[in-house]
Amino acid sequence: MAEPEDSAGTAIPDGEPDPVTGIPAPEGATELIDTDYEIGQHNIEGQWGPIGFDIHNPVFAISALSVVAFVFYALALPEQAASIFGWLRPALTSSFDWFFLSAANVFVLFCLLLIVSPWGAVRLGGRDATPDFSYKSWFAMLFAAGMGIGLMFFGVLEPVYHMAISAPLGTPSPFDAAGNIIPENVEAAKAMGLAATIYHWGLHPWAIYAVVGLALALFSFNKGLPLTIRSAFYPIFGERVWGWTGHLIDIIAVFATLFGLSTSLGFGAQQANAGLNHVFGVPMGIPVQVALITVITGVALYSVLRGLDGGVKVLSEINMGIAALLLLFVLIAGPTMLILTDFGEGLVAYVKDIIPLSNPIGREDDSYRQGWTAFYWAWWISWSPFVGMFIARVSRGRTVREFVVCVLIIPSIVCVLWMAVFGGVAIDQVLSDPVNSAVKANVIDSYNPPLSLFAMLEGLPLSSITSVVAIVLVIVFFVTSSDSGSLVIDTITAGGKVDAPLPQRVFWATFEGAVAIVLLIGGGLGALQAMVISTGLPFTVILLLMCWAILRGLQAEPR
Amino acid sequence: MFKKIMVPVDLRHLPSQGKALSIAADLAKTNGAQVIYVTVTSPEPNALGRTPAEVEEKLNSFVANESAAHGHDAAGHLLISHDPAAELDAALIKACDTLHTDLVVMATHLPNVTDYLWSSHGGALANHVRASVFLVRA
Repeated sequence: MAEPEDSAGTAIPDGEPDPVTGIPAPEGATELIDTDYEIGQHNIEGQWGPIGFDIHNPVFAISALSVVAFVFYALALPEQAASIFGWLRPALTSSFDWFFLSAANVFVLFCLLLIVSPWGAVRLGGRDATPDFSYKSWFAMLFAAGMGIGLMFFGVLEPVYHMAISAPLGTPSPFDAAGNIIPENVEAAKAMGLAATIYHWGLHPWAIYAVVGLALALFSFNKGLPLTIRSAFYPIFGERVWGWTGHLIDIIAVFATLFGLSTSLGFGAQQANAGLNHVFGVPMGIPVQVALITVITGVALYSVLRGLDGGVKVLSEINMGIAALLLLFVLIAGPTMLILTDFGEGLVAYVKDIIPLSNPIGREDDSYRQGWTAFYWAWWISWSPFVGMFIARVSRGRTVREFVVCVLIIPSIVCVLWMAVFGGVAIDQVLSDPVNSAVKANVIDSYNPPLSLFAMLEGLPLSSITSVVAIVLVIVFFVTSSDSGSLVIDTITAGGKVDAPLPQRVFWATFEGAVAIVLLIGGGLGALQAMVISTGLPFTVILLLMCWAILRGLQAEPR
Repeated sequence: MFKKIMVPVDLRHLPSQGKALSIAADLAKTNGAQVIYVTVTSPEPNALGRTPAEVEEKLNSFVANESAAHGHDAAGHLLISHDPAAELDAALIKACDTLHTDLVVMATHLPNVTDYLWSSHGGALANHVRASVFLVRA
C-alpha cells in the first residue's frame, strides 16, 4: 500500500531535521516522572487471523461498544434521543454560559501568563530537542485539524448574522423590520459583526487547544508518560491514572472525538451536497451524501496508511495552499481596499470589545452570548482532546513560549484575516445591494447556512470556478480532520502507543465513516452532535485541572 | 563480498529473530564485514523506552551482547520516525542508503493473506534498495 520510494525520495524542507539521521539529537535534561507503569502493560497483543493488533484493555472495547450502543439507541428511539439531547445542549449552554465564558477567559490568561513567565523557556522534548516539523508544515497541520472546516462554513454566515440579527452587546441591526437600511446603525453594526465573529475564532478557541496540547506534549515528551489524555492528570491522581480513573478519561475522549468526527462528517456531506446541488444541480439526497462520506473516508484511510509525514502532513499542506489561493482570490476580486479597511476596523473593534464580549455576567444579549458564544466554547472544548493531542504530537522540540505564541497568536491572526475577507465581502454585498444580494437571501431573509459561502462567491467573478474550489476545499478539510482524528483515536485506544499495527487505524477510520452513514440514513446526527457538545461541560472542569497540572509539571522542568 | 551488513531488529520480539541474527553474525565473520543493527523508534514514549535515549541504551547493550557472543564487528544505529507503524519501510530504505550497506539480513514472517494489502517490511526493502537482501523465515 505504502509507496516507500516516494516518501523516502521527498526532499526534507529546510529547518526540519532528517527523521532518519540515525543518532537522535541529544535530548538534554528533562524531569522524567518516576512511575512503575510500563507503556503497554494493559495492552492485549495478538493476531486475529492474519491481522495483528495491540490494543488497550479495557479502553478499546468499552469505547467501541459504547459507540455502537449509542448509535443503536439513537436509531431505536430516535424521538426520545432527539428530545433528550435536543433539550440538554441548549439547557447546558444557557444555564452554564457564565461558566463557559469564565473558563475560556482563564485559559487565555493562563496562556498569556506562560508566554511572559520564565517557564516559557522550557523546551518540549528536553532542553536540546530540535523541532520535528518546519513552521510551514506545523501551521498547516494545526489549522487543518483545528478549525479548517469551520472557516468554510461560518466565514460568511457568522459576520453577516451577527451584524444583522444576533445583536451582540445590544448593537442594533442596520436593517429595520421591513428590510430597509438604517444608515446611522451601519458603521457600528459592521464593526461589531466582525468583532463578534473574531471573538469566537481568535484567542479563546486557540487557548483551549493550547492548554490541552501543551499538557499532553509536556507529560509525554518531557515526563516520559504515554501519549494519551490520562497522562496529563498524573500530578493530580498519581498512579491512579493507570486504573479506572484514567480509563474513564480516555474513554470519554475517544467517545467525544469519534462522535464529534462522525456527526460532523454527516453534516459535512450534507453541506457538500448542497454545494454540488447549487453549482451542478446534483440531486440532494441520501445516496449522494453516502457516496461523499465513502469518498472522504477512503481518502482519509489512504492518508493515515501513508503515515504522519507521507499522508497527513502532505494533505494538510495541499489544503492550506488551496485555502490561501481562495482567500487571495476573494481579497483581490472583492473590494480590496474596503476589505483591508474592514480588517483593520474589525481588529480594532475586537481589541476594544474583547473585554465586554468575554464578560460572563450582567449581560442581556442572550441570543448571542448563550446561543453562539457558550455553544462555541462547549464545541471547542469537546473537540479539544482530539485537536490538542494532535497538536501535541507535532510540536516536539518547540519551547513552551514558542508553542503558546504559535498556537495562540498566529492562528488567531489568520482567522481574523479570513473572517475579515470572507465576512467583509459578504457584508459589503449585503449593504451595497440588499435587494439582489444572495447572501442576504440565504442568511438574513431565510436561514440557509450551507449555501452562505456559495452565495457570497456568486457575487464575485468566476464563481463557477471558485465554487468548485470551495467544494473541493470543504471535502479536503474533512479528510484532514478525519485522518488526524483516526490517528488520535487509535493512539488513545492503544494505551498511548503510536506504533500500534496499521489495521487498527483502518478499523477506526472505517468505523467513523460507518457511524456517519448509519446516522445519516437512520437519523440521529443532530441528537448525537448535541450530546458531544454536552460533553464540553465536564471537559471544562477537566481542562481547568489541566492548567494546574501544567504548572506543576513545568515547575519541575529544568529551564 | 560484503563490507557493511544492515540488520533491522525489533527489540521487543528478539526470540523470533534468532536465526536471522546468527546468520548475520556468521556472514560478517566470513566476509570480515561490519554488522549495523538498526532499530526504529518514535519520539513519543513507547514500550521500548520512555525517551529515544532510553531506546538507544537498549540497542547499544543488545549490540554489545551480540558482538560478545559471536565475536564480530558490530555497531548500533537508532532511527527516529514520527510514525513508525506507517513509515518503517521508508525509514529502513533510507537508512540502507545513508549507511552504504551492501547486504541486508532480516527476519520475516511467512507470507499470508495480508501480504496482498501490505507487503512485509523485508519485501518492501527488497523491492526498493540497491543492496542484496537476505530474508530469513522465522
